[in-house]
Amino acid sequence: MQVAEKLQPWLAALDERPKSGPRWLQDLRGRGAARFAELGFPTVREEEWRFTNVAPIASTAFRPAPAGRLAPEQLDAFLYADAPFRLVIVNGRFVPELSRTRGLPEGMRFGSLASAIQDDPDVVARHLGTIADFDARAFPALNTAFLEDGAFVHVPEGVVIEEPLLLLFVSVADGAVMAHPRTLVIAGARSQSRIVETYVGNGDQAYFSNAVTEVFAGENAIVDHYKVQEESLDAFHIASMHVHTDRSANVSSHSFALGGRLVRNDVLATLDGEGSEVTLNGLYLADGDRLVDNHTTIDHAKAHCPSHEIYKGILGGRARAIFNGKIIVRPDAQKTDAKQTNRALLLTDDAAINTKPQLEIFADDVRCTHGAAIGQLDEDALFYLQARGLTFHEARDMLIHAFAGDILDRVRIEPLRRALESELYAQLARDLAEADAA
Amino acid sequence: MLDIRNLQVRAEGNQILKGIDLHVGAGEVHAIMGPNGSGKSTLARVLAGHPEYEVNGGEVAYEGRDLLAMDPDERAREGLFMAFQYPVEIAGVNNAYFLKAALNAKRKHHGLPELDAMEFMQLVGEKAKLLEIDRTMLNRAVNEGFSGGEKKRNEIFQMALLEPKLAILDETDSGLDIDALKTVAHGVNAMRSPVRAIVVVTHYQRLLEYIVPDFVHVLSAGRIVKSGGKELALELERRGYGWIEAA
Repeated sequence: MQVAEKLQPWLAALDERPKSGPRWLQDLRGRGAARFAELGFPTVREEEWRFTNVAPIASTAFRPAPAGRLAPEQLDAFLYADAPFRLVIVNGRFVPELSRTRGLPEGMRFGSLASAIQDDPDVVARHLGTIADFDARAFPALNTAFLEDGAFVHVPEGVVIEEPLLLLFVSVADGAVMAHPRTLVIAGARSQSRIVETYVGNGDQAYFSNAVTEVFAGENAIVDHYKVQEESLDAFHIASMHVHTDRSANVSSHSFALGGRLVRNDVLATLDGEGSEVTLNGLYLADGDRLVDNHTTIDHAKAHCPSHEIYKGILGGRARAIFNGKIIVRPDAQKTDAKQTNRALLLTDDAAINTKPQLEIFADDVRCTHGAAIGQLDEDALFYLQARGLTFHEARDMLIHAFAGDILDRVRIEPLRRALESELYAQLARDLAEADAA
Repeated sequence: MLDIRNLQVRAEGNQILKGIDLHVGAGEVHAIMGPNGSGKSTLARVLAGHPEYEVNGGEVAYEGRDLLAMDPDERAREGLFMAFQYPVEIAGVNNAYFLKAALNAKRKHHGLPELDAMEFMQLVGEKAKLLEIDRTMLNRAVNEGFSGGEKKRNEIFQMALLEPKLAILDETDSGLDIDALKTVAHGVNAMRSPVRAIVVVTHYQRLLEYIVPDFVHVLSAGRIVKSGGKELALELERRGYGWIEAA
């Protein structure tokens, strides 16, 4: 139930939203604020939020996070922080002295979104907020209302940058604070880039991170994107990524969800150019009382577009997960080839997942496949390995690592893959030890 | 080496083995034959320690130890090997990686140093040749997408690598064409040794033309109803199982 009183502190906070910047930005924020005021927080009565109750967020009086301080060596604790190029955004604000932006190709923009709003107002205004639809989405509306800073990546036409570009979002929280980081990626025609977004936080703080990312892939552009979410285990992480592809563009995005207490990750990709391609893969891990909700939408708007999707989860404790994979095939999107797979491994009897594929097909000459498999480890495989001399624990680890490895092996940035693997395996070892002790 | 006394086994509420007595000595090759549903595969799987069976009578001694009290992995490390009738496909686990883990688990158990990647690959090279195992099979996931023949060859290849004391082949011949059958039989025969025992479970006599047993036992409705030498297999081939079941 959406109680108006409950929303009151939020509306008051919205009145205090940033007022700086050009007119169009103020308008954009104003529209976000107005939309949020109308929508309020989603409730479990809404289909899209049936299993994810955000009341713990709605009922907390989060303050806007103040500028956080971080010594450079503190970054070492974070996974893959040592990337050659990085933007460090602390509590939603770009921190130049922690960032590494030297040596990038001519014409490339890689820096703070706030600066880009000043320095490249035309490009930014043309893109920002145009695909992160907040008409029916409360959290992107909230993010837009508070829009002030974040990351801006613009790879010019024809530029190929091999080194990964890291966007490191850190929450340095002291109590109930919130940040609304915003990312805008514009990949010019025929450009190639690799982008890694990581979301991390300190200690066991119950902060709220509400992120929105927009990715525009121009004609023939290739974008290899990764998102690593390793927030504090008490944090709330709500994020959406919106992708738009032009003709023959190719965007792949891999999502790794390792942290957070209540996590909602939306990925919405619109294949809006013929022959463009999108790959959305994900791997999530949850234990304790954590909840991880992944919602993806792949919207085939034009013909001859393939899409590939594999999401896998490993759940222990009393963890809950939701996977909802929607595929829309518009009337013009003939020759669509969409594949979706969703698998989850439950390590305990108390872990649970709700999963739903949703196909909405309005064209006739298309191929769409989806499959879901939820369950325990394969008993026959376990016995086979044991019958060759591996202990139960060795056999189990081998099967679980193989399950996760299927996604990990798709990471094309080797140091990132290794870092993810060791972090993931360490977490798994803890979860399994806990499951064994129970 | 293996002493089975009055072994009785249940699965899903059915009494499948109703008192099996079998003695297998080192250096011997025994064939266990019988019609479908006689309990042959159950016997093989119980010896390997499959969890779906409940032993409700009798005992099994393996080298003087209580086999039934050992976990499946311990049995394996102690030298028991069962070639699966239906080898399991294990997605995402590289075949070579799995074999190295299995081999080193056994070596560690016996206080031997673990093989490094070089030593392991050298050993694999020798054994792979014997069973005509293609290198690419090693780099694929365990049994995944293998043909029926590849799966069976992979089983015997594992056996050659792990060098068990007691090998139990559960219908290794099923689904094999004659060339694959000869390759598999060649691999098994190369393993025959005075210190090793082999139990071949099969429905057909065909495999026994290539792996010639010392003893043949006929299993029917959960009991061994007839034992003899290799000529018994030929008689079964000629006369079928009917005359024994009727007896």
